[in-house]
Amino acid sequence: MAVEGKRGGERVKISRSDVEHVALLARLELTEPEIEMFTEQLNSILEYAAVLEQLNTDGVSPTAHVLPLHNVLREDVVRPSLEQEKALMNAPDAENGFFRVPRIV
Amino acid sequence: MDITAKTAVEMHDLLVAKEVSAVELTKAFIERIRAVEEKVSAYVSVSEDLALKQAGQVDARIARGETPGSLEGIPMGLKDNICTKGMRTTCSSKMLENFVPPFEATVTERLRKAGTICLGKLNMDEFAMGSSTENSHFRFTRNPWDLACVPGGSSGGPAAAVAADEAAYSLGSDTGGSIRQPAAFCGVVGLKPTYGAVSRYGLIAYASSLDQIGPVSKDVRDNALVMNCIAGYDAKDSTSVNYGKPDYTQFLVDDIQGLRIGIPREYLGDGTDPRVAEVIRKAVGILQDLGAQVDECSLPHTEYAIPAYYLIATAECSSNLARYDGVGFGYRGGGAEDIVDMVSKTRAEGFGPEVKRRIMLGTYALSSGYYDAYYLKAQKVRTLIKGDFDRAFAEYDVLLSPVAPTPAFKFGEKSSDPLAMYLSDVCTVPVNLAGIPAITLPAGFAGVLPVGLHLMGKAFDEGTLYRVAYTFEQNTEFHKAKPDLGVEVRADGLAR
Amino acid sequence: MAWQDRYEMVCGVETHVELATKTKIFCGCSTEFGGEQNTHVCPVCLGMPGVLPVLNREVVNLAIKAGLALNCEIAEFSKFDRKNYYYPDLPKNYQTSQYDLPICTKGWVTIETEERVKKIGITRAHMEEDAGKLVHSGETIMSSDESYVDYNRTGVPLLEIVSEPDMRSVPEVLAYLEQLVQILQYTEVSDCRMEQGSVRFDINVSLRRLGADGFGIRTETKNLNSFSSVRRCLEYETERQAQVLNGGGQVIQETRTWDEGKGITLALRTKEEAHDYRYFPEPDLVPLVIGRDWVERIRTTLPELPAERRLRYLELGLSEYDAGVLVAAKPLADFFDRALIRFDQAKVLVNWVTGDFLRLLNANQQSAAESRLSPEQFAELMGLIDQGVISGKIGKNVLEEMYLTGKDPSLIVKEKNLAQISDEGTLLRIVDEVLAAHPQSVEDFRAGKEKAIGFLVGRVMKATKGQGNPGLVNRLLREKMT
Repeated sequence: MAVEGKRGGERVKISRSDVEHVALLARLELTEPEIEMFTEQLNSILEYAAVLEQLNTDGVSPTAHVLPLHNVLREDVVRPSLEQEKALMNAPDAENGFFRVPRIV
Repeated sequence: MDITAKTAVEMHDLLVAKEVSAVELTKAFIERIRAVEEKVSAYVSVSEDLALKQAGQVDARIARGETPGSLEGIPMGLKDNICTKGMRTTCSSKMLENFVPPFEATVTERLRKAGTICLGKLNMDEFAMGSSTENSHFRFTRNPWDLACVPGGSSGGPAAAVAADEAAYSLGSDTGGSIRQPAAFCGVVGLKPTYGAVSRYGLIAYASSLDQIGPVSKDVRDNALVMNCIAGYDAKDSTSVNYGKPDYTQFLVDDIQGLRIGIPREYLGDGTDPRVAEVIRKAVGILQDLGAQVDECSLPHTEYAIPAYYLIATAECSSNLARYDGVGFGYRGGGAEDIVDMVSKTRAEGFGPEVKRRIMLGTYALSSGYYDAYYLKAQKVRTLIKGDFDRAFAEYDVLLSPVAPTPAFKFGEKSSDPLAMYLSDVCTVPVNLAGIPAITLPAGFAGVLPVGLHLMGKAFDEGTLYRVAYTFEQNTEFHKAKPDLGVEVRADGLAR
Repeated sequence: MAWQDRYEMVCGVETHVELATKTKIFCGCSTEFGGEQNTHVCPVCLGMPGVLPVLNREVVNLAIKAGLALNCEIAEFSKFDRKNYYYPDLPKNYQTSQYDLPICTKGWVTIETEERVKKIGITRAHMEEDAGKLVHSGETIMSSDESYVDYNRTGVPLLEIVSEPDMRSVPEVLAYLEQLVQILQYTEVSDCRMEQGSVRFDINVSLRRLGADGFGIRTETKNLNSFSSVRRCLEYETERQAQVLNGGGQVIQETRTWDEGKGITLALRTKEEAHDYRYFPEPDLVPLVIGRDWVERIRTTLPELPAERRLRYLELGLSEYDAGVLVAAKPLADFFDRALIRFDQAKVLVNWVTGDFLRLLNANQQSAAESRLSPEQFAELMGLIDQGVISGKIGKNVLEEMYLTGKDPSLIVKEKNLAQISDEGTLLRIVDEVLAAHPQSVEDFRAGKEKAIGFLVGRVMKATKGQGNPGLVNRLLREKMT
């Protein structure tokens, strides 16, 4: 991904090819107008988010969980599974008890 | 007054007195839905048959001499991101248009056990992403107070349904204000519980570290009763807390003498509509008259909350929504040559623009080389915001603010500018980042549109929020106001 | 010129091993192998909208146990992260794994090759969930127009054990893998059934000029599931890299796949973007805080490890070879140890255990634990032979009978009347008959032909159907003829 001049407080600009790369990572097939729209909108959102850069967070630990919970564990006891029919009930394409997908490579 | 306009507590009394049966009550709601739904459009699907069946079972129990529980036989609605076994759960998305969960959410399991009646599933912004319910794949839900205005979002359906008497109460979900803002826009009571107080099992995730389910109701007492039913530890949710759930109705006392209330000045910025500011000013006066000590205070990192929130929420959403790939469930895009093509088409066709926008933003924020600058930075800011609240709650019992800077806005007014829409969440998102509870309740009007009062509390101290809200409600009439939907009310008020 | 004359191989291995739990890592579905497709699944492991994971305590216990057996440090604070990538065998399109705070770090195992004894470093070991299985409509994934997905294996707990790039030869790699698998089986962390795919290896290998310090560019070949595939893959891949380097080319850093049929590695060509897994902390699971008391509790459950056991056997006087055979198969060594409690002649016992008994096990494709024969019965058989109740030769037949029926050896001896005839009177009568029938042999013996006695003993044994006490028969014959 192209990063254009992040030095000296200049903002990162997301390029069109960045948007295309992110779309591939996220598995979103975008139309031409969508690519243009997202390039513009992501830039304006991240421009706004750049306010975070002004904030000194040295020595601040990140919060991944707001709760001080730890060691939430379950016992190793078998519970009933779904019947195959129910497991496949919502599948767009199923055959013979399998989920079917198109060519992988 | 039509019976559907009553509170759940009043309906319960009628059931106990056998002045109405559960089936009659349910039929009254079904009729009400038929009468107003073309104007309001709160529901994605109405489960008439199921509701009548459940009501029949309640009546059978009452006929056997059992006294109904406080929510038993009372009809309600569920935001359509709460999984109901055997009943379509769509998230208002084309992606899940035909998804029928083979399992039940913990909250709905508890409601079913309590004998409540499920009227159906309520409209929302697609995957709970939005502040106006304009992002629903199916339809716009209209604000019952002014049909040209949005009901707020993402729980627009749950709020509008309660305001329009299409459900006695409802469940919504709140990731950055999605219960509170629509509840305020529609003039009803909405609670965002402490993170970990209500199980998320069965709630279709938007941003896992921020999502909470909560009740939307006509008044504070109903709200506390619903919390009594749905809250509490659940082994199926690793982030559920065994906090010793109290009986929330014990906090419904008309007394706030000496209670300390802080007003964070950052929450009443230049963008606040003067009519909203006026409502808040008057509400503060009422609370002071009732004996509360009110002071201005500061939550200094507030301006960083929105960017931090949108980076964290979208990062989590980009991962949570990766499962919609057309393989195991949901929509599958057609005409694909291979798996990558199929998945990309499925997601291109199955998601609306706001969902795509947030997935794009979140994917970017987590991607190689940007993680530290965006996601990690946002998590550090989260620590600072949580610290702001910790310091404030050392001095105050609750914090008070508007819910949103403006009352409900017109359709299309903000939908073309996503950033402007995001900025309107300024008063609500810090609460989710800190994991604390907050409630909104009707506190006045801006023209015909309701304005809500936002109270924030310490973690797991929903009780104090209920106490303040109840006291305010007991000494005001705002919660009794009803929108005029131009529907004739039958003279007897009952669908006998 | 062989490449070994110019280059040195540098190899590190990532081992994925399924943990021996009853249920999956985040849900209560069974981990049992071989169920009908999509029957060991639930909304959680199918990654349905709205579900949440809850961590299986036993997964953590086994990970700690493996870590201790591999001399690792057990993290006091550990957490799960999401590894995001799209693949149809991964229902959520992210794998819940551990990224920057794995449960085990900085361990080692000791290996022994013909050349030397050496420590192989363990960088880390972390817990994660397995993916489902893809079945292809054509012969290979490449030639299939569609594939079928079975999620039974999805969510089976895995421990990924990452070695340091410490191995310098194929024998070292194989010794490491064998040692690792032995340790995992000994600790019952995993049953390591390779034929069921419960252990898989990713091989990272590069070449460097002999004497060089830095590392060359490596390739990673994924998903090998037997020692022989690892050996063949390494032989192929090192040769391939040597050819590239000798031709003045550069090895491309890439992921490759092993074609078992053709015996070659192939670059995985996909539409895939450069890998960007976008790891971030799993918000649906809370961290693990592993107190020292927890670690010590697990330590007390650690069994004797293979290296310690081998030493003990050598001290008992067993040969290197016998000790190796026993240690290599934990059930056999356990069997030996239990039999040894009741029959303490270790060297005699080991001959029978690694000889006739192992032959029977191999012929029936059973492990010692699966045999109907108990170590106590086996010890009893050894006693019968030692006390002369039956001969060694009869003993072999009794062992076979025991193996088939599970009966006690004394019962078999009694039922089939196999006890040795040690009664002098009975034997004397037969000796007299044999001597009378073979006067020529008697004469030969008396003329100094010692060989003749062997013939006569044979006749007596035949007449007693093998049950005559051979020593006694020999003595009686000699007394009669002198």
